[in-house]
Amino acid sequence: MLGLQILIDGFAISALYALGATGFTLIFGVSGVLNLSHGAIMVAAAVAAWALAGNPLFGTYLGALLGVGVGVVVAFATYFIVVRPIQRSRAIAEVEKEIFILTGTLLWGIMIQEAIAYLYTSNPKTVRPLVDGVIGIAGVRTPINELVTAAICWSVIGLLWLLVNRTRAGKVLLAASINPRGVTLLGFELSSVYLLVWAIYGVLAGIAGVLLAMFLGVSSDGIGPLTASAFSIVVLGGLGSVSGSLAAAYVVGYIETITAYMISPAYRTIPVLLLLVLVVYLRPQGLLGRR
Amino acid sequence: MIALRAITRSRLVWISLLIVAIAATLPLYVSAYILGLLTLAYYFGVFAMAWDLLFGFAGEVNFGPTFLIGLGAYTAGILNSRYGLSIPVCVVAGAAAAVAGGVLLALPALRLRGPYFGLITLVAVLLLQNMIVIFASVTGGEIGMTVTDVLSIDETENYEYALLFMALSGAILFGLSRSPIGLILQASGQDPIEAAALGFNVAKHKLAAFCVSALFSGLAGALLIFYLGTASVGTVVDISVGVQVIIAAVLGGRRTILGGAIGAVFLIVAGEVLRPLGELSTFVVSAVALAVILFFPAGLLGMLMRGREMR
Repeated sequence: MLGLQILIDGFAISALYALGATGFTLIFGVSGVLNLSHGAIMVAAAVAAWALAGNPLFGTYLGALLGVGVGVVVAFATYFIVVRPIQRSRAIAEVEKEIFILTGTLLWGIMIQEAIAYLYTSNPKTVRPLVDGVIGIAGVRTPINELVTAAICWSVIGLLWLLVNRTRAGKVLLAASINPRGVTLLGFELSSVYLLVWAIYGVLAGIAGVLLAMFLGVSSDGIGPLTASAFSIVVLGGLGSVSGSLAAAYVVGYIETITAYMISPAYRTIPVLLLLVLVVYLRPQGLLGRR
Repeated sequence: MIALRAITRSRLVWISLLIVAIAATLPLYVSAYILGLLTLAYYFGVFAMAWDLLFGFAGEVNFGPTFLIGLGAYTAGILNSRYGLSIPVCVVAGAAAAVAGGVLLALPALRLRGPYFGLITLVAVLLLQNMIVIFASVTGGEIGMTVTDVLSIDETENYEYALLFMALSGAILFGLSRSPIGLILQASGQDPIEAAALGFNVAKHKLAAFCVSALFSGLAGALLIFYLGTASVGTVVDISVGVQVIIAAVLGGRRTILGGAIGAVFLIVAGEVLRPLGELSTFVVSAVALAVILFFPAGLLGMLMRGREMR
């Protein structure tokens, strides 16, 4: 009974983690950017969905959709205001750009966090689920929304896989992650590849944020931990490896759920942190990393 | 000797000494409120300078300055409040604990690069924070703990202690960064393989940088709680405190050491001036820091110096 409960809850949580981390790893794989405003973009989308869904003019579905749209807008703002100026700056040495992007996106994330807290307070916000109701799975009462969340996450990840492997634009994207110079030499504009990848990233982060708000609720104070957990999952799976992130999301999701149910919710994050230290020491390239 | 001569000839050093001398006379004409603010800023300045030695010179992305600071602060705090040891003993023990923590962090740093090491430092802070909450009976948990002794109850005395401590730490860290050791650190941060090929022991120098950075972080952390009279996660361990340290160092100018102190004073004073804006003050401070990074990547001090004097 408890085992099944853990299995179901862990599956849904992990699917959400997987979706959140996929965008993060995609950006790193294609453009080498570690975006520390990741959590802020997710929460911005979630809070927008919350604010719009509360308006009878929009309702739950349109509100959620517009929330994802806000995620895309904020992702583009991150790219145009913070990331691109640093990438193109002449005053910053090439070897230091990574550090500047880390610091810059960190500051940008704090700005978003404070703006949300100012406009909508830092109270936790829960968006009404897409589907109401509860069903019993072999005696475990499960909100239908939990299953819908997992289904949406996996559909989106599936669509991403199709996009990357089956379309022309996606193949260029894949090529850019393997060898950016080669792609440029073949006549593709690298900057339009980056635009595409940031757009995809915005959609992924937006959906993950809105779903998170329906499932667990979000607050602007949770932005730091959200970024940290995406970062951990991505490093655990291997930076830049999407399949690695998916596997790592399940490892993290299940370890957290098991700890929360079997030991205490207070210790939820500790085993994962210890595992992370261990993996980074013994296998720095992560579970399925390339390097 | 060459380094020594370069330091005495550097205009920056004389200007800094002048500023410290002026700052020492501040208690004569400013209110106790401003003194309290600056006292805090000076301790933060040491955090930022110690961080700059690791980040600016050794090239290590340390997201967890508060791991070292927190170790020093909590070790000193626990020894004082539970075992009643005197302040100097506690401060030394706190610094020793921070150095031990520094060695612990240095071990992965010698093997890992960039983002991987950054994550480890982040994890170190989160683990420390969890431990403090779990062992709440000893550490006071999320509420924090009160130390029995304080440095002084007089604002002026506290202020002078902090100023003296910052000036001494700044002098040592700055001297170190301008010495051949600083150059080797910079070389190993930029290209460890080439530095090693030139015959420098990269591992030894990086380890030394971690120990020195940890020493000053721990000292400052321990002294800070004896100034405040309390130790809590929110003041010495939380990631947001670490972010403030990083912002201060980057704002003041990386690879300048002294810039960290300027950045810290700017940050704390700006936060206070903007207090009427309420929750927006952090927003404005972050926006200013971001603008500095985007438009003046060398930071405030780097901007003033630009080219000359830097060598």
